[in-house]
Amino acid sequence: MVDKELGYQNKAEEFIQMFKKGEEFTKEILKENEKLRFRIAQLEDSAERSGDEARTKLYEERIKLLEHEINSTKDKFARVEEENKDFAAKYIEVEEENNNLANLYVASYQLHSTLDFSEVLRIVVEIIINLVGAEKFAVILIDDKTNELLPVATEGIQPGDVPKVKIGEGIIGGVAKEGESYFAEDLSTSDFNPYSPVVCIPLKIKEHVIGAIAIYKLLTQKAGFTDVDYELCNLLAGHAATAIFSSRLYTQSERKLTTIQGFLDLLKDKPKR
Amino acid sequence: MPNILVVEDSPTMRQLISFAMKRIPKANVIEATDGVDALKKLSSDNVINLILCDINMPVMDGLKLVSLVRGNPSYKDIPIIMVTTEGAEEDRKRALAIGANAYLPKPIQTQELIRLVNTYLAN
Repeated sequence: MVDKELGYQNKAEEFIQMFKKGEEFTKEILKENEKLRFRIAQLEDSAERSGDEARTKLYEERIKLLEHEINSTKDKFARVEEENKDFAAKYIEVEEENNNLANLYVASYQLHSTLDFSEVLRIVVEIIINLVGAEKFAVILIDDKTNELLPVATEGIQPGDVPKVKIGEGIIGGVAKEGESYFAEDLSTSDFNPYSPVVCIPLKIKEHVIGAIAIYKLLTQKAGFTDVDYELCNLLAGHAATAIFSSRLYTQSERKLTTIQGFLDLLKDKPKR
Repeated sequence: MPNILVVEDSPTMRQLISFAMKRIPKANVIEATDGVDALKKLSSDNVINLILCDINMPVMDGLKLVSLVRGNPSYKDIPIIMVTTEGAEEDRKRALAIGANAYLPKPIQTQELIRLVNTYLAN
């Protein structure tokens, strides 16, 4: 009986020991499980992080590429804008040139529209006022007999204010001799000096100078000459010279023709003796 | 088709302005040699849309013309651009006070003239 009881006790002990071991084992397994979970979590986290980094890298590269593209587009835009500015400036230049040519066309058309000497002079005066922008000036022609320069038309001054000068004398005489235009450094002078025009342009047919245009004062609003003005002056002077020369010749020949005609008529009508 | 009345005693200047006005689409230029001639052209059948006017002219000058145009209810709204050699500020003020809309001193810059004409025709 006692033995039986002892046997039961031992078995119970064994069970208890077994349960204890089982408990410890279970605890160990749980601990291990916990560790593994933690490790898994770590691995998952690291995997996620490495994925983010890759994406970030990818994004960064893309951003760099886009920034590069933006910069290159900006450069292109700046270049195109610059070209546009150039084109706009050229367009304005061409427009200006076109307008000046149109002005010149009208001026030369008017100059050659008549053979009347006084009308040609009137047109020359109009052109100098309206196209060149002169307020005081004189149109001076060479007198072939005396070799003197005499005013034939004036504006803003009296013909008597313009001195008679010999070819080669002073600015006007020098221009008539050399056939080269004279432009003073300061065109804005307001003092009238008959010997010192601010601009003097020879009236020249090829190399033959027939006179000059002497400008003493520009219009108040005309501060100075632009490149186009210099060009315009020289071109107009050429056209004016031809128009003045041919109209003067025509007027002279008309006068001679009338005289000769009158003489012939007189001879015809002369009673025979 | 806008009718532009160019009042100018100088034939060269008239032709020059008329030539420039060819750049205004469909514009028709009517020329007058002075203020009196301009009034005759205004009272003719043509409806004038804009006047380009010089100041110094024989018979009737530009300022007198402007004051008469502004005093007439039939023409008082026609835009007037003065084109003149008188470049002083007081001349400009005087013309604007009488009723001119714009003042362009000679020598004219064609681009500026066309720009002004286009502006007033558009209005």
